[in-house]
Amino acid sequence: MKKENKRSRRSLAWALVPISLVIGILLWTALVNLGGLPAFILPPPALVWGRFQQALADGSLVRHVWVTLQEVVLGLFLGVLAASALGYLLAKSRRLERALAPYVVASQSVPIVAIAPLLVIWFGPGLFSKVLISALIVFFPVLINTVVGLHSVPHDLRDLMRSLRAGRWQTFRLLELPSSMPVFLGGLRIGATLSVIGAVVGEFVGADRGLGFLINVGRGEYDTALVFVAVFTLIAMALALYGLVVWLETRLLWWQHKPRETNLVGD
Amino acid sequence: MNFYRNEMKQTLLEVQKLSATFTDHAGSLRVLDKLSFEVMKGDFLCVLGPSGSGKSTLLRILAGLVRSNSGTVTIKQRALHGPQPGIGLVFQDANLMPWRTVLENIALPLEVRNHTNGTLTRAKRLVELVGLQGFEHALPHDLSGGMAQRVAIARALVQDPDVLLMDEPFGSLDAITRERMGEELLRIWEMDHKTVILVTHDISEAIYLADRVLVLSARPASLKLDLKIQLPRPRRPSVRYTREFGKLAARLRAAIEAENHL
Repeated sequence: MKKENKRSRRSLAWALVPISLVIGILLWTALVNLGGLPAFILPPPALVWGRFQQALADGSLVRHVWVTLQEVVLGLFLGVLAASALGYLLAKSRRLERALAPYVVASQSVPIVAIAPLLVIWFGPGLFSKVLISALIVFFPVLINTVVGLHSVPHDLRDLMRSLRAGRWQTFRLLELPSSMPVFLGGLRIGATLSVIGAVVGEFVGADRGLGFLINVGRGEYDTALVFVAVFTLIAMALALYGLVVWLETRLLWWQHKPRETNLVGD
Repeated sequence: MNFYRNEMKQTLLEVQKLSATFTDHAGSLRVLDKLSFEVMKGDFLCVLGPSGSGKSTLLRILAGLVRSNSGTVTIKQRALHGPQPGIGLVFQDANLMPWRTVLENIALPLEVRNHTNGTLTRAKRLVELVGLQGFEHALPHDLSGGMAQRVAIARALVQDPDVLLMDEPFGSLDAITRERMGEELLRIWEMDHKTVILVTHDISEAIYLADRVLVLSARPASLKLDLKIQLPRPRRPSVRYTREFGKLAARLRAAIEAENHL
């Protein structure tokens, strides 16, 4: 009885998503019509939809999506790999943490937009510079969460492993990895959405393909509908990545009690 | 009977002039001061002391987790340097891994030691020993505090240690569960008379469980009283209401009160 009640409430919650989308599109249309805005300022939803179908039909959208997707996935992978490896070392050695802390913080306080041109100069306008920029922006939150996650491993459990004379690898595999996983995955969530931003920033600075490039083209040609298409595609991409991480969490953290209340973190 | 068994006992663990000092930015703190005692094989020893005395430190040294500053600990005539496989440790909180089932938590020590043969059989036997049949595949957050602590005891026993070290194992349980866990512990102990060193600040728990109670002085801890508990075994809960029990409690209380400057 109680369960059914909960389920019907949940399906109601899901119905809210399309409803709010429909309302949003209606408001958007009304704004264009009532405000008498020209299409190059704010194209109506119908025009954007048409432009989307056109870009899909001539294959250009798929081509650009593929480029950006490669940058994002590779950047995320590289960033997570580097951040978790360094994070492990920092968590293990207080001295190393102290020595590298200024660099780590500095790497975060330099706006990525400011160093993106440098990276494009150094590594060319191709795939690699975008992957690097994406990896850089992913790096910090994943690093921090790796360190915090490892520091949050309960002391008593560490003592237990020590009393069992567990080796470094055993301690990592049996204790540190599963114990720090929730915090680590929190960092991965942030990293996943940031990786898209990193790739687009890279494409803005210098590229001849990708969704960021497409936005630049659309702006130059006053094809505002195309800009909207590219932006929405990017949003979809970020949402998909985020959803993937949330799915990963439900698979990896099945043992957690999770009375999660916000829809931002998924169910 | 009890007396006869004592005659045949041999020393399992020997602590000699053990001192420990902790140093941090606030200065140094002497926790143990030339503490000496020995434990016979098969003895159930309780260490009693005012809160803040070095009880837990003593246990952590015996477990090989903390280094002493001077003095020696020998187990089976061998000096202790760091953690040993012959020691089972039970913490104040159950200290289970929340992502492992009851069975997997109990099997952890065997897994760490790369036992592959018979791990499951042995873990299952211990599930039965602590009376948790039916909960093999439950996760720790589905267990009550008493059940979780049973799992912790089973985990400590799974590699058949020479000594079981217990640091206020029932300290975080409510009074009723606490007494029941004491009875449960004795039931398990009666099966193989493993050597147990249990730290507690509960006088009646100490008398009920122990063959011998050591009272530590306030910090820095030295040996204040070494009291044999000659109550007959196996002990029933009703032993708590006997005159003999009351007398022992009075003696221990006096020894502790004299140390409690709070």
